[in-house]
Amino acid sequence: MDSALTLHRLHFAFTITFHYIFPQLTMGLALLIVILKTMALRSGNQHYNDAARFWARIFAINFALGVVTGIPMEFQFGTNWSRFSKAAGGVIGQTLALEGVYSFFLESSFLGLFLYGEKRLSPKAHWAAVFLVFLGSWLSGFFIIATDAWMQHPVGYTIAPDGSIQLSSFWALLTNPWVGWQYLHNMIGSVVTASVVMASTGAFYLLQHKHAGFGRTFLRQGVIAGAIASILMIFPTGDGQGKNIAHYQPATLAAMEGLFQTEQGAPIAILGQPDVPNRRLDNPLLVPRALSFLTYQRWEAEVKGLNEFPEKDWPDNIGLLYFSYHIMVGLGTIFIAVLTFAAWLLGRGRLYESRPLLWTLMFLFPFPYIATTFGWMTAELGRQPWLIHGLMRTSEGASATVSAGNTLFTLLGFLGLYAILGILFLFLVWREVEHGPGEAQSH
Amino acid sequence: METLWFMLVALMLAIYVVLDGFDLGAGALHLFLGRDEEGRKQILGSILPFWDGNEVWLLAAGGTLYFAFPALYASSFSGFYLPLMIVLWLFILRGISIEFRNHIDSPLWKQVWDTVFAGSSGLLLVFFGAALGNVVRGVPLDTAGEFFLPLWTDFTPNGPTGILDYYTIAVGVHALCALLLHGALWLGYRTRNPRAIPLAARLWWVVAALTALTTVLTFAIQPQVAHNLESKPWGFVFPAIAIGSLLAIRYWLGKPERLRPFLASAGYLLGMLTSAAFGIYPYVLPSNENLANGLTIQNTAASGYGLTVGLAWWIPGMMLATGYFVFLYRRFAKAA
Ligand code: HDD
Ligand code: HEM
Ligand code: HEM
Repeated sequence: MDSALTLHRLHFAFTITFHYIFPQLTMGLALLIVILKTMALRSGNQHYNDAARFWARIFAINFALGVVTGIPMEFQFGTNWSRFSKAAGGVIGQTLALEGVYSFFLESSFLGLFLYGEKRLSPKAHWAAVFLVFLGSWLSGFFIIATDAWMQHPVGYTIAPDGSIQLSSFWALLTNPWVGWQYLHNMIGSVVTASVVMASTGAFYLLQHKHAGFGRTFLRQGVIAGAIASILMIFPTGDGQGKNIAHYQPATLAAMEGLFQTEQGAPIAILGQPDVPNRRLDNPLLVPRALSFLTYQRWEAEVKGLNEFPEKDWPDNIGLLYFSYHIMVGLGTIFIAVLTFAAWLLGRGRLYESRPLLWTLMFLFPFPYIATTFGWMTAELGRQPWLIHGLMRTSEGASATVSAGNTLFTLLGFLGLYAILGILFLFLVWREVEHGPGEAQSH
Repeated sequence: METLWFMLVALMLAIYVVLDGFDLGAGALHLFLGRDEEGRKQILGSILPFWDGNEVWLLAAGGTLYFAFPALYASSFSGFYLPLMIVLWLFILRGISIEFRNHIDSPLWKQVWDTVFAGSSGLLLVFFGAALGNVVRGVPLDTAGEFFLPLWTDFTPNGPTGILDYYTIAVGVHALCALLLHGALWLGYRTRNPRAIPLAARLWWVVAALTALTTVLTFAIQPQVAHNLESKPWGFVFPAIAIGSLLAIRYWLGKPERLRPFLASAGYLLGMLTSAAFGIYPYVLPSNENLANGLTIQNTAASGYGLTVGLAWWIPGMMLATGYFVFLYRRFAKAA
C-alpha cells in the first residue's frame, strides 16, 4: 500500500477519533443539563440548579477540547484530502458551511451566556441559553452526519464534464435515506455516553459517602436516561442502520458479519475470527438464520456473502471491521442488561444500597466511548475501499502534493499534542469530580 | 454569482479579522499590560465570553470558501500544508490555555497558561499576516492548479519561494503590530487598564510606518495591484478607507471617548483587507511563475446551482448569527 495514503488515512482516523471523544459527551450532556434546568425551573428547587452548575463545569472543559480538536478536522479536508475536496467540495462543503453558519455560531454565542451569564440573566433566560446550546450541538451533529451519510450513500449530485461532482439537489442532500437512522443512532449513542458518565459519577459519590444527595440525583437521571437510550440503540436505530447497509452496501454487511458464503437462512456469528485468505470464520458460535431474519424479516431470506463480490470491492480491513462491529454490538447488549437492571432496582427503591451494582456502574463509564469509537470504525472501514461509496476510491482522494514525510511529521505532532490534551482533560475532570457539586469554583 | 461569493467570503474573513483580531491582540499583550493577577484576569475576562464565537467566523468563512470555491480550498490548503498545521497547533494551544487557566488557583499553573496564551496569540498574528502575504505574492502553481510550498528557501520573494521571505515576513510583522494596536484599543475601551492607551499611541507610529513599507513592497511584487487600480480607479476608495481610518485612530486617541478609536481601527483593518482583495481580483490565488496557472474565482467556483442554493440559506443564517452577536455583546457590555 502506498505509504503516503496510509499516513493520510491514519492522520484523519486518529484526529477524528480523538475529536469525537468530546462532542459525544457535549451533545448528550447538553440534553441532560436541559433536563436538570427544566426541573429546577419547574420545582424551584435550588438543588437542580447546583447539579446543573456542576455539570456545566465539566461541560466547559469538554467543550473546549471539542472546539480545539474540531478545527483541525475542517482543515484536513483541504490539507490531506485535497483531491477529494476538489471533486466533491461543492457538495459536502454545503453541509460543512451550514454547520458553521447555523450551529457553531449558535453554540458558541450562547455558551458564553450559559457559562458566564447566569448572574446576568433571569432563570428563564438562562434556561433558554442552555437550550440553545443544546440545539446548536444537536444541529451540528446533524450537519456533520449528513456529510458522512453522503459519503456512505451519495445522492443529489451530477458529474460535470471536468469530472467534478456537483450538487443538483440540496433537498436530497439533507433528506438522504442514509441520514435519518445514522443521525438518530449516533445522537442516542451520545445520550448513552452522557447518561453512563452521569450515573457513574453518582455511583462514585454514593460509594464514597460524599455528596450523597447529588449522587442520588445523578444516578437516578443517568440510569433512567441510559436505560431508555441503550434500548433505542438496538431497536429501532441500530436495526435501521443495518437494513440500510444490507440495501446499499451489501459487501460491507457481509464483511461486518464475517459471511463469506451466500446463504439462505444465514446465521449470525456471536463469536468467531474471520480468516480472510481462506475465506471462512474460525471458531464460530452461530445463531442459525438470525441474520436473514434481522435483515429481511424472513428466516429463509438469502444474504449475499463476500464471495459474490470481486475482491477489489471488499473492505480492505475485514478483520478489524468485523471485530469493531462485534465489539459495538456486544457492548450495546451489556449496556442494556446493566442499565435496565439498574432501572428496575431503582423502581423498587433498592439501587442506592446495591453496592455490587454501584461498583459496576462506576466502572462502566469508559465503555460507551469504546462502543462509539468502534461504531465509527465500523462505518468508516465498512465504506472502504470507497471514499465516496461507488464514486471515488479512497486512494484517489488524498492530496497529491503532500509527501509521506510531511504527513508523518504532522501526524506525530498531533499524537504528541493530543497526548498532552488527553492527560490535561482527565486531570481537570477528575479535579472537578473530586471537588464535587456545591460551592462554585473561581471563574 | 462567483464575484458575489468572492465578496461574501472576503467580507466574512474581514469580519473575522476585526473580531478575533481584538482578542488575539489583547491576548498577545496581556502578559505585558496585566502586571498582576488582577490585571490579567480583567483582560482575559474581557475576551473570555467572545473568543470562541469570534473564531467561528473563520470556520464559517472556511466552510463557505469550501463549498463556493472547492478547487481553491483544495489547492491552497494542501499547498500551505505545513504552515496550516502549525496554525492548527497554535489554535489548540491558545484555546486550551484561555479555557484552562482559571480551573486551578495556583500562580504557577496560571503563569504557564498565560505564557502559552500570549505566545500562541502573537505567533498566530504573524502567521495570518504571512498567509496574506503569500496570497498577494502568489505561489508556484502548476497546470493542475496545485503546488506545495516549503516553509522557507532563501527568504527572497523571487525564484523558488517558500512561505517565509522578506515580503511575507514584513506583512506578518505588519499584521502583528496592527492587531496589537487593535487589541490595545479594545482593552482601552473595555477595561480600565491604565497602560493600554499609551501603548496604543506608541504602536500607532509603528503601524503607520509598516503600512507605508508593505504598500511599497506590494506594488513592487504584485503587478496586478497597480493594474487593477489603473483600470478601475474607483478602487482607490479601499486604501482611502484604510488611510482615513488610520488618521482617525490618531485623532480619537487624543479624546477621552474610548469606543471610537477602536471602531476606527476596525475600519483600518477592513480598508487594508478590502484593498488587498481588490488588488488581486479576479485572482484568488495568483501564480508567481506562470501567470496563466493562477486560480481565479471562475476556474475554482462550484456549480451555479450550488451557489444559488447557498445564497438561500446563507443570508438568513448570517442574519441570525449577527443577531446573536449583537445580543451577546450587549449582554456583556458592562466593563469587567
Ligand atoms: C454508545 C454507543 C453505541 C452502541 C451501544 C451501539 N452503537 Fe452502533 N454505532 C455507534 C454507536 C453505538 C456510532 C458511533 O454512533 C455509529 C458510527 C456511525 C453512526 O452513525 O453511529 C454506529 C454505527 C453503527 C452501524 C454502522 C453504520 C454505518 O456503516 O454507517 C451499525 C450497523 C450499528 N451501529 C448497529 C448497532 C447495533 C445493532 C447495536 C446494538 C446494540 C449498536 N449499533 C450499538
Ligand atoms: C462527518 C463526519 C466524517 C467524515 C466526513 C469522515 C470521513 C473520513 C475520511 C475522509 C476518512 C479517510 C479516508 C478513509 O480511510 O476512509 C475517514 C477515515 C476514518 N474515519 Fe471518518 N469521517 C467522519 C466521521 C468520523 C468519526 C466521528 C469517526 C470516529 C470517531 C471516524 C472514524 C474514522 C476512522 C477510524 C477512519 C479510518 C479508516 C481507515 O483507516 O481506513 N470518522 N473518515
Ligand atoms: C470530519 C468531521 C468533523 C469536522 C470537520 C468537525 C468540525 C468541528 C469544528 C470546527 C468544531 C469547533 C466549533 C467551534 O469552534 O465552536 C467542532 C466541534 C463540535 N463537533 Fe465536530 N467535526 C467533525 C466531526 C464531528 C462529528 C461526527 C460530530 C457529531 C456527530 C461532531 C459534533 C461536534 C460538536 C457537537 C461540536 C461542539 C463542540 C464540542 O462538542 O465539544 N463533530 N467540530
